[in-house]
Amino acid sequence: MSAEYSDFLRQYLTVAIFAVVGIGLGATLLGIGRIFRPVRPQEQKYLVYESGVDPVGTGWSQSQIRYYIYALLFVMFDVEAVFIFPWATRLEEYGTFGLIEMLIFVAILALGLLYAWRKKVLRWV
Amino acid sequence: MTLHLLASFAPPYWLSTVIKVLVISIVVPTTALILGMVFLFKVMSWMQSRLGPQEAGPRGTLQLLADGVKFLQKEDIAPNGADMFVFKAAPLVVLMSTLLLYVALPASAHLVVANLDVGIFYVLAVSSLSVLGVLMAGWASANKYSLMGGLRAAGQLIAYELPMVLAVLGVVIQAGTMSLNGIVFAQADGTIFGWSGIGNPYILTQFVGFVIFIAAVQAELTQPPFDMPVAESEIVSGYQVEYTGFRFLIFFLAEFATAFVFAGIASILFLGGWAVPWLETGSDWYYVLGPIVLFAKVMIVSFIIFWVRFTYPRFREDQLQSFAWKFLIPLALVNIVITAVLKVVF
Repeated sequence: MSAEYSDFLRQYLTVAIFAVVGIGLGATLLGIGRIFRPVRPQEQKYLVYESGVDPVGTGWSQSQIRYYIYALLFVMFDVEAVFIFPWATRLEEYGTFGLIEMLIFVAILALGLLYAWRKKVLRWV
Repeated sequence: MTLHLLASFAPPYWLSTVIKVLVISIVVPTTALILGMVFLFKVMSWMQSRLGPQEAGPRGTLQLLADGVKFLQKEDIAPNGADMFVFKAAPLVVLMSTLLLYVALPASAHLVVANLDVGIFYVLAVSSLSVLGVLMAGWASANKYSLMGGLRAAGQLIAYELPMVLAVLGVVIQAGTMSLNGIVFAQADGTIFGWSGIGNPYILTQFVGFVIFIAAVQAELTQPPFDMPVAESEIVSGYQVEYTGFRFLIFFLAEFATAFVFAGIASILFLGGWAVPWLETGSDWYYVLGPIVLFAKVMIVSFIIFWVRFTYPRFREDQLQSFAWKFLIPLALVNIVITAVLKVVF
């Protein structure tokens, strides 16, 4: 394995280590708290909070997720962003050719957004 | 000289990782405390013609530490119907996302935990992790308010992730790199249409991008005016409603630490990061100067973020979505097209 490649992998090893440290830090803080905090169980303490009155029904009630069409649009645009990023770093080398290519790409996307807009998808229902 | 000693200090990988872990574990809570004390307590009070905390420490500066100790003594309560594992894991996921953001933040050319080639892309990816934690918290609490808050937070992330990504694209086009250090170098060595007096801080040439980025950051932090997910007057803190004591404090800590790191990312992308004009980026002085300069710029950006937070009323949910989809995203698309055209023409 070349030194450069192993350096590349090491950076992501560091990221992985910090993911573990993030969990560990929170868990340690909570562990320290365990020494100081009281434990006095009482039935009423474990009721779900509902503005002071006894909770009605279960907390996992059905609700309408109104923005699911936004979510679909989001997927479309987010994938597009993944395509634009590599192009953006190399724009100088591509020059006019790359510019026109990407203008067409962005125009098609903008057209998609415009279509959704006209179809009243962007209206909160 | 001390600076040369600092510059030549290159410990092996594992030792340096241990040092980094220790430093970051201290830096993350400290930055959250600083932002909380300076802005949430003092600046907010002054803007609202109050004095703010006065008792703990000189002029009330240690109030947040006192609050931390108080939270440490609170009983740990989870509601009856809660999904225990997910309920307990949620704050940790949010904190992990915050910590991972600090990994990519460079305080000078070499003072960085991991100098990733795709730095800004990584930051955008990792910052979305926190909403996973929020959604977990909202779902696992088995509380109607929590569930609504979590869903609202997810909807908000979907709407404001895109303006943020597109605003960053303008910077990436100008700098020609995704590495955060590379963006700093590009600004220090850049020229504004041939004039190289102060380099090219992108706030001057990407002002629209800066405004969009700050608005999106505000939304990702669920701070007013984008605080529908935690609106206390209608869903009483949303996903946090069932959290007590230290678990609540972790959410709080993560929110302010994330505010700090996003202000840091904004200063790196738009204000020239740890570099100052007229001092070569290769200078050894940056081992000391870099963090100080970055911190100063972070405080300026944070002030803008918190100024907006304390000033504007809350957006309604439909206004929030249409502001992102009908205004910010088209504006950002126009911005990257203009940036790309100018980049190729000049």
